[in-house]
Amino acid sequence: MLELKNIFFTVNDAGTDVEILRDVNLKIDAQKFIVITGPNGSGKSTLAKIIAGIEKPSSGKIIFNGEDITDKSITERARLGIGFAFQQPVRFKGLEVFDLLRLASGKNLTITDACEYLSEVGLCAKDYINREVNASLSGGELKRIEIAMILARKSKLTIFDEPEAGIDIWSFQNLIRIFEKMRREIRNSSIIIISHQERLISIADEIVVLVNGRIQHQGSGKEILPKLIGTKSISSVCDKLK
Amino acid sequence: MFEMDDIQKRILREVADLHKVPSGAYNFRVNSQLAGRNNSANIEITSKEDGSGIDIRIKSGTVNESVHIPVVLSVSGLTEVVYNDFYVGENCDVVIVAGCGIDNCGVQNSQHDGIHRFFVGKNSKVKYVEKHYGSGTGTGKRILNPTTEVNLDEGSVMEMEMVQIKGVDSTNRKTLATLKADAKLFVRERLMTHGVQQALSGYHVSLDGENSKADVVSRSVAKENSYQKLDLCIIGNAACHGHTECDSIIMDGGKILAVPSLEANHVDAMLVHEAAIGKIAGEQLIKLMTLGLTEKEAEEKIISGFLK
Repeated sequence: MLELKNIFFTVNDAGTDVEILRDVNLKIDAQKFIVITGPNGSGKSTLAKIIAGIEKPSSGKIIFNGEDITDKSITERARLGIGFAFQQPVRFKGLEVFDLLRLASGKNLTITDACEYLSEVGLCAKDYINREVNASLSGGELKRIEIAMILARKSKLTIFDEPEAGIDIWSFQNLIRIFEKMRREIRNSSIIIISHQERLISIADEIVVLVNGRIQHQGSGKEILPKLIGTKSISSVCDKLK
Repeated sequence: MFEMDDIQKRILREVADLHKVPSGAYNFRVNSQLAGRNNSANIEITSKEDGSGIDIRIKSGTVNESVHIPVVLSVSGLTEVVYNDFYVGENCDVVIVAGCGIDNCGVQNSQHDGIHRFFVGKNSKVKYVEKHYGSGTGTGKRILNPTTEVNLDEGSVMEMEMVQIKGVDSTNRKTLATLKADAKLFVRERLMTHGVQQALSGYHVSLDGENSKADVVSRSVAKENSYQKLDLCIIGNAACHGHTECDSIIMDGGKILAVPSLEANHVDAMLVHEAAIGKIAGEQLIKLMTLGLTEKEAEEKIISGFLK
């Protein structure tokens, strides 16, 4: 499905070149639920943006379903079937939840379909469908709407950049349930989640550990999870949540 | 009824959403001539004796009725000043649609200065929709300078939707309002300028009566090398609530001057203003591009949502 070959990403910080990603090689097969984890600043979000086309690698190649997409734009990659859920969902003055769901689906979505996606993420469509996606929505609500858009988009490969960031503990519980459902229902598509959360990591088919811009470990959950416990790559939910 | 050509019909659709002759009262003005008029049992339209405009009289207790008074200019070089006065009785609930469109294919300027005065009686509710539109390939300018004066009697409510999205080269819009006790004014203005267009829009709202309320919201987009000045002023002369919001997107070489102002002359006047100018956020474009839109499509979607 997706292959990253020798990906380097360098930025210039006040005259000094800083390597954010160093020779990242990664292969992701179809029907996989992958979690990329690692300490803060290890390059996880940059890697996610490179896959979606938001950042261009300094060198290396990205192959998606056999096609070299390294030079393709965000739009072209989206049309090929790559979806991206933002860590901080974007607000739009004037655009309503229904407008965004309709854009995400790429077709003339019916209200019934939109209701379906919203109820999947625990939002009552009646209250939300005509809400403007502006500052009146909370971080948790925005996150759910962002995920509803991803459900409507039906991408072949979806990348979630830290879906747990900026949401309250109640929303977090629901979020985990949504991902567990996605995990169960994955068909001919793959999901990559950038996350520190043990609950998400524990349901992954495969875990990739990124440290200092390099892949340190990669393997099945069973294999990798014990190595992560107690490191900065993982944070468990607090006892009250369990 | 005056027979309209295709250009005139198109303009009518743009400014008044009219595809055919509306039901209820109307007055069509095409190239400075009366093109059609209809009165209803409760709404009477008469020409002013000096020919400078029309008077619209709505009887007390008129509900669920509408008045359309669209203006079309499709001849280059026409300049006109029109005075229209609306006398709305008490306890009414009516919709008034007053658009103006100019199609100028010539080299001379075409200009329509419409001066509308509203006298809204006690406890009446008026929804006023005003759309301005310009088209045509000529070098002559399309100029619209509307002045709207609103006098709201006790307990009356006026909702104003003021839209100018396309094709007007120069505009100087002035809206003046005075509100008595318990009267409410809600304004939603949408402006978009492009090319080298200039738009000045000023609001001067006096909250004179106790418990009067005004909410004036302007959203605008200045593209290419256009210029906008937005001057929103609310004066609180009694225990009242006033809010103005001026929110603008700036693009290309556009320039915007936003001057929100408040004047409180009473200790219980509660007045708030907000103003923001900024370009389209990069992350908004990127988000829509990850949904498969091109950058241009994303930009159009963001602007059309903003000006909705």
